[in-house]
Amino acid sequence: MLTAFAILTDGLVYAAYLFLVAVGLTLIFGVMKILNVTHGSFYAFGAYGAATAVGIWWERDLPEAGGFLFMVLLAMAIGLVIGLILERGILRLVYGKDEVVIVLVTYAVFLILEDVITLIWGPRSYAAYQPMVAAGNVDVGELTLSNYDIGLVLLAAALAVLSFIALKRTRFGRLLTVVIFDRETAAAFGVNVTVVYTVTFVIGAILGALGGAVMAPKISVTLGIGVEVIVLAFAVVAIGGMGSVEGALVGALIVGICRAAAVHLVPQIELFVIYGVMALVLAFRPYGLFTRAQPRKI
Amino acid sequence: MATRANLVGFLAFVLLAAIAPALPGWFISLATIAFANALVVLGLIILWRTGLVPFGQALYYCTGAYTVALLARWFGFSDAIVLVLAGGLMAGLMAFVIGFLLARYREIFFAMLSLALSMILWGVLVKTESLGSTDGFGVDPPTFAGYAPHQQALALALYWLVLAVCAVSAVAVSAYFRTAAGALAVPIRDNEIRVEFLGVSVDRLIHVKLVIAGVLGGFGGALAAMTIGHVDPAMAYWTTSGGFVFVTILAGAGSVAAAFVGSLVFEIVRSIAVDLLPGLWQLILGSVLLLTILFLPEGLGSIASRWRRSKEQAS
Repeated sequence: MLTAFAILTDGLVYAAYLFLVAVGLTLIFGVMKILNVTHGSFYAFGAYGAATAVGIWWERDLPEAGGFLFMVLLAMAIGLVIGLILERGILRLVYGKDEVVIVLVTYAVFLILEDVITLIWGPRSYAAYQPMVAAGNVDVGELTLSNYDIGLVLLAAALAVLSFIALKRTRFGRLLTVVIFDRETAAAFGVNVTVVYTVTFVIGAILGALGGAVMAPKISVTLGIGVEVIVLAFAVVAIGGMGSVEGALVGALIVGICRAAAVHLVPQIELFVIYGVMALVLAFRPYGLFTRAQPRKI
Repeated sequence: MATRANLVGFLAFVLLAAIAPALPGWFISLATIAFANALVVLGLIILWRTGLVPFGQALYYCTGAYTVALLARWFGFSDAIVLVLAGGLMAGLMAFVIGFLLARYREIFFAMLSLALSMILWGVLVKTESLGSTDGFGVDPPTFAGYAPHQQALALALYWLVLAVCAVSAVAVSAYFRTAAGALAVPIRDNEIRVEFLGVSVDRLIHVKLVIAGVLGGFGGALAAMTIGHVDPAMAYWTTSGGFVFVTILAGAGSVAAAFVGSLVFEIVRSIAVDLLPGLWQLILGSVLLLTILFLPEGLGSIASRWRRSKEQAS
């Protein structure tokens, strides 16, 4: 019973993390049909930015509540700037090329940004545990849960609700849906697809940086953190169906719970359970759980 | 045309083999690794022509490498030729089994699924402590039909072995490109359904291509394991696959020779970058990749054909 509860809570926390990193990726894919490897860099930039922010804030002994906000805002600002530069500066040049070629363009940018991170922050690793400590713990039965983790789950849930509302109820969200459905027809009806692309990419970048920022206190912010995140987020998005926000949510939950179960029950398979689940899902639903049927082109 | 290309290839092979003793040691080891990796790239080119980009080819590379390492460790096999064949066979077998699943996928989904499969192998290897976990383990120096060289002589012997395997593979792959199955690659990329209407099973064709690419990947991994003298799980990590895709872009899928030239150029660029600007080599590689995609979308191999075309137009 206790193990089951532990699996559930650990799974939810891990799922929250996965959803935070996957939602931006799936959004960009849905709208732009770009599998964005650079998403790992957004995550890393967010984490480094947050670590810097935490360092600045807690060094000066400013009120702790503001520290959380400052950490998140700084990371999101970084995401905004990088996203804008990339979309306007590089991706604009390759629209219309093969999807796979664009993946490689983002891969090239990812490689470049990896070294840019080293140039800015140096090779040492950063610890930003202060927010984690400041948040404190709460006892639930025999388990001790971190308030920070609970906040993470709430943040992910809020983000999920927010993105549903934004997609279904706002004007921009409906425009996005139209572009996702058929870019050419949308353009023919007067939707400014260029602007939609830019805004989407920047939002995706901000979400990626946000994911990094909120994870920074839980991990050691060090070189190469983006590399791992990319494949994890890919797996989640592939399980859910590329481009679907519902899919990212369900994928994150499945993977989160499976991984937590593996950690508690069979720790040997922890590392590849995620990819195992992905291969299994794809074997039965080749295009993920939540995808629209595509017409065949002859 | 084909005969002229064959002749150039043959001459390049003889030249590379003949001048080896005169070359500096660092170049021999660089070229050995470059040509071993070129075999994997050759496999990627086969798939690339059908429009498939495997982001997990490191799976076969790693399978080949670990096959060699384990055969040497558990059963004491040391003959290089036997080990290379075993590595290729094992990786080919892996590709054959996985192919039943993978051959149904296209585009991004193919890339992602192959990536996931290679990450499963990585996860298994990292968690297997008896195989050294993330550190991997050493591979004993191989022997060549009883001849057991050391140091310089070993490097040279391995270089010749790699060249020989490359030559055989290059000839075999270019023969494959001339068969009907090989020639159907581009039509599959352009319009798969029409190819099906011709009465050809595209899935089966792709399955065969996966196995060929797998065998080549296994050869590459086996040779790399013997050359480096060490294997570790990073050989299956997605960044390794990314490197192979990188070289494929750099080389272009235009010809068999491009794989070898591209791989050599890549290794040279990388060792120069690591040497001169150790903290910035990823930045340099990324920039090279980006510039290649933007300005040379068909890869280095297209420079030759472009030059030829402009000469024809001029005359």
